Amino acid sequence: MKLLVCVSKTPETTTKIQLTGDGSDVDTSGVKYIMNPYDEWYALVRALELKEAAGSGSVTLLNVGPADNDSVIRKGLAVGADDAIRVDAEGSSSLFIAKQIAAQAKEGNYDILFFGKETIDYNGSEVGAMVAELLDVVYVHEASKLEVSGTTATVTRDIEGGVEIVEVELPLVVSAAKGMAEQRIPNMRGIMMAKRKPLKVVPAVDAAVSTKVTHYDLPPEKSAVKLIEPDDMTELVRLLHEEAKVI
Amino acid sequence: MVLVFAEATNGKFKKAAHEAITYGTKTAAAMGTECVALTIGQVENAGDLGRFGATKVYNVNSDATATFDSGVYAAAIAEAAKQLGAKVIVMIHDSTGKSVMGRVAARLDAGSAPGVNSVPTVSGGGLTVRKSVFSGKAFAEVEITSEYKVISVAGNSIPVEETGAAATVESLDLALPASRTKVLETQRATGRIPLPEAELVVSGGRGLKGPENWNVIEDLAEALGATTACSRPVADVDWRPHHEHVGQTGVAIRPNLYIAAGISGAIQHLAGVNNSKTIVVINKDPEAPFFKAADYGVVGDLFEVLPKLTEAVKAYKAS
Ligand SMILES: Cc1cc2nc3c(=O)[nH]c(=O)nc-3n(C[C@H](O)[C@H](O)[C@H](O)COP(=O)(O)OP(=O)(O)OC[C@H]3O[C@@H](n4cnc5c(N)ncnc54)[C@H](O)[C@@H]3O)c2cc1C
Ligand SMILES: Nc1ncnc2c1ncn2[C@@H]1O[C@H](COP(=O)(O)O)[C@@H](O)[C@H]1O
Repeated sequence: MKLLVCVSKTPETTTKIQLTGDGSDVDTSGVKYIMNPYDEWYALVRALELKEAAGSGSVTLLNVGPADNDSVIRKGLAVGADDAIRVDAEGSSSLFIAKQIAAQAKEGNYDILFFGKETIDYNGSEVGAMVAELLDVVYVHEASKLEVSGTTATVTRDIEGGVEIVEVELPLVVSAAKGMAEQRIPNMRGIMMAKRKPLKVVPAVDAAVSTKVTHYDLPPEKSAVKLIEPDDMTELVRLLHEEAKVI
Repeated sequence: MVLVFAEATNGKFKKAAHEAITYGTKTAAAMGTECVALTIGQVENAGDLGRFGATKVYNVNSDATATFDSGVYAAAIAEAAKQLGAKVIVMIHDSTGKSVMGRVAARLDAGSAPGVNSVPTVSGGGLTVRKSVFSGKAFAEVEITSEYKVISVAGNSIPVEETGAAATVESLDLALPASRTKVLETQRATGRIPLPEAELVVSGGRGLKGPENWNVIEDLAEALGATTACSRPVADVDWRPHHEHVGQTGVAIRPNLYIAAGISGAIQHLAGVNNSKTIVVINKDPEAPFFKAADYGVVGDLFEVLPKLTEAVKAYKAS
């Protein structure tokens, strides 16, 4: 089984977001970066499990981004991926990224292309679906379970207030949500081996960029919490009705 | 023209579909054009979407649309847009929307903005929309400059407005690919409004001590007509179903009222709920970080506070 896992780099989950003075950009000084949690914990680990269960095959990582991203890619290799490709580009709009991924995927003939359900920075939830369309392959979004038998995959996807279980034929593009696998912490041996695994850097293909962020701002500061005595819940209900007007 | 994909569940339109039509109608007004709706599959009472401003409703229904396949739905939406000459496509930012939006954008070579929460401003050929980024920690204004533009609307961000009357429904004949997804089973909690759409949410964390204590959460939710949610560790140990887990790695919600009991307010939890209009925090620890993000706080034991709050809500509803 040939598996591809698309990984992105995001600020660490506890990062406090600050902006440059005029809100034209995010202030990245001091921001610590990680591999997007959905890509690392669920997509990558499930891909490794499937390869291990099959006893053969390969897991390739793919990132579209600048050389700075190599440390995140090496982390994925330390967790267990066999090799990696980085398309050398400043990751910009989703469709630009998807076109880079599709160009690489066409050459690789993968059985399953794994994505995360979303990146935790721009929360797009769209790159996987774009790649599926560009390759004309079936797509299942937000999968919390994935079983493969022969060329058939059974996938449980999260829907509002429940799940849907579907059956599809490979090749498949799938985006991973919590539940698909359990996070793996790389061990010393993995980290040492990662240094020697191949990381191929390839140039970007031409593609248009048709979205851009023109301005950022931060949510307004919350005013101080209004404390209500635990014995006086009638007062809380009154405030919710009369002041907050939410009930 | 603005084309809104009005999604139906089991043939019925939910509030989110009405929000999307309201959004499309306002967008069309800003652009000086009209808004039409597209429905897919077997739907009831589609003409009713006219009440929210759609001047016409189109329906695509064939064997391929009988169950959900992202490729078929995306083809239907993109081909309808081409046939009707719609350059702006609007849909709901829910599991169906997320499954098809990227495909529609790729098919139309369009710029896209997922999960927006404001009506666009129009400048020349471009549209600028506002969306929450960094899991609710900031907002970004995104300009889309391509010929086709695809937008999905975050739940509870546009109040539904009734501006029109029932519209005529016309069926569209499109060449669609065959479905490649076989649906084996759909499990959906019945009775409750799904979390992403809920206006009132009551949520419990590890402070509840165990699943057997959830009646205090359920009772309050019942009295309010609210949907229940939980923190991640609670779903991790199966005290509550996974689809109730809110936060950075769970569902992101923006209800009018979020009541959190026995939840400490970790930054990853806040990421999924800090767009709520009003937040009430009940915690016995006055130093719990959640109080900093709350509008109203009660420092006390949730096992005493929640039943009192439930009684107070019942008394208010009865009055
Ligand atoms: C990458 C990452 C992603 C994460 N994503 C999420 C996510 O999406 N959602 C999420 O929720 N968490 C997430 N977490 C976990 C998060 O960091 C916290 O660990 C979690 O939110 C804590 O859950 P809790 O508040 O229920 O439990 P605790 O932190 O244990 O808090 C329990 C609270 O209950 C209070 N309490 C106890 N007894 C009572 C009582 N009788 N009456 C009143 N109050 C009482 C305590 O004072 C305490 O504040 C994530 C963590 C990481 C690292
Ligand atoms: N620059 C990138 N390089 C490789 N994969 C990416 C990149 N950006 C996003 N992805 C993948 O697409 C998924 C969804 O991203 P998004 O649509 O941006 O929320 C991520 O979880 C990754 O798997």
